[in-house]
Amino acid sequence: MLVLILKILIPFLLIFNLLPLLIWVERKGSAYIQDRRGPNRASFFGIRLGGLLHTISDVIKLITKEDIIPAHVNKPFFILAPFLVLFVACVTYAVIPFAHPIEINGGIFTFQAADLNVGILYILAMSSLGVFGVLLAGWSSNNKYSLLGGLRSSAQMFSYEIAMGLALLSVLLLGGSLELSALIDDQTAAVWRWNFIRNPLAFILFLTAVFAEANRLPFDLPEGESELVAGYHVEYSSMKFAMFFMAEYAHMIVGSALITALFFGGWQVPFLSTEFLRTNAESGLFMVLLAHGVLFMIIGFFLLGKFKSGKYGDKRDYEVIVIGLPMTVIGLALGLYTLLHGSFQLGDMGRQVFAAVLQFGVFMAKILFFCWVFIWIRWTLPRFRYDQLMHLGWKVMIPLGLASVAGTAIVMVL
Amino acid sequence: MEHPFLPILLVFVMAALFTGAFLGLSAILGPKKPNPSKLSVYECGLEPVGDARERFSVKFFLIAMLFILFDIEVVFLIPWAVTYKGFIAEGMGLFMLIEMGIFMVILAIGLLYVWRKGALDWR
Repeated sequence: MLVLILKILIPFLLIFNLLPLLIWVERKGSAYIQDRRGPNRASFFGIRLGGLLHTISDVIKLITKEDIIPAHVNKPFFILAPFLVLFVACVTYAVIPFAHPIEINGGIFTFQAADLNVGILYILAMSSLGVFGVLLAGWSSNNKYSLLGGLRSSAQMFSYEIAMGLALLSVLLLGGSLELSALIDDQTAAVWRWNFIRNPLAFILFLTAVFAEANRLPFDLPEGESELVAGYHVEYSSMKFAMFFMAEYAHMIVGSALITALFFGGWQVPFLSTEFLRTNAESGLFMVLLAHGVLFMIIGFFLLGKFKSGKYGDKRDYEVIVIGLPMTVIGLALGLYTLLHGSFQLGDMGRQVFAAVLQFGVFMAKILFFCWVFIWIRWTLPRFRYDQLMHLGWKVMIPLGLASVAGTAIVMVL
Repeated sequence: MEHPFLPILLVFVMAALFTGAFLGLSAILGPKKPNPSKLSVYECGLEPVGDARERFSVKFFLIAMLFILFDIEVVFLIPWAVTYKGFIAEGMGLFMLIEMGIFMVILAIGLLYVWRKGALDWR
């Protein structure tokens, strides 16, 4: 039971600690794409962490703001809507496997909260529920902007859900299972067996559909500022307002995890199978530790190199040292320890855990890459017009999705 | 052996607690100073004309109806897609392909019909 609770809690905390980081990456990334500096003011005893603290101060600010419930709204639904939106974003992660299962005392320990044999159906069901939150928010606000935003958003989510389902079908054909872990096993560590190579069309359709489901640009019509002020959350304030944004970012993370699991081999380390990792765990551990030592040292030296005495004339000058010095020391210690220690001796258990940790790290790296793709595309592409959006959804994505399913089936039978 | 859906229940409970905590916190911690203009409809400073309980474009309704049709199609295809690999291994692949091909062609004709009728045009 305790193991189960930990299995549920750890990925949850991980995803929700990625949220502020992702918001920071979005702000900084957009700033550099638009040739600005981005957030860099909020500080904690003079340490600014390059604007990372802005996210935390924003949360504190939003929680302590007045929670206005306007007089004209349908109160129960008005409160239920942000709850539903964030709730749905919080529960989808449960079926995502984070690493290859390991064996402990004859039992098998899986790295996923719920080992359902209908994982894909669970994900589809939960992502469909998201529409209700948006529709309720738009309708219960009793505001024309909100109503239009909610209607647009739900029509958009409906339209792209079909394309998403068709793209998923192509993957199910290739994998032949509804379990995410089985689909990842089927892709194996060989990159050419990953589904984005086996079926690139389905990958592009799925990526587009995930963007539309998460209401991200170029599909953020429901909150098109220039037409609808802010769409379905015009009337929301305080933390209720922020919950819609938290849900958006949680959708981004879970969506990235899904794209990775379905099309990019999930936790598979490119070209290194689980057996290979387990048999070569000792030399692998040596290399991984050494690489981390060197990485820490490079970052530390980079930060230390940015130190310039009297740049501001106060304690802000020293923040690069406060962060850079410990990183250099940790990197140096890790590197020296690894080199002096030489070879590591691992038991059977240790080998399995090493492989799992490495796979988990690779999975997270893939997820973060796709999160960055979300941000990158948002700040690069302009917004669609609504008729173009519907045209793309119904007249391009659905026929292409059908073609993808039929094509996959025909190629498989030949 | 616990039920396979027990973790899902626990995830639901945890997500509800987490989300509820945010709702509750902002309601407790924030100041409460309502006034008539705060509680009025947000309309960019203009006087609102009527409320939002009005008729809206039938297009949205049409999209919802079409969604149900085509989403059910996807749901019907899922069992076929999952078992397809097994049928190929048994040498029944071509039969399954033709069977489902007929279903998909009928649906494609349906999509074409809706398309030609102009239900997918957004004007």
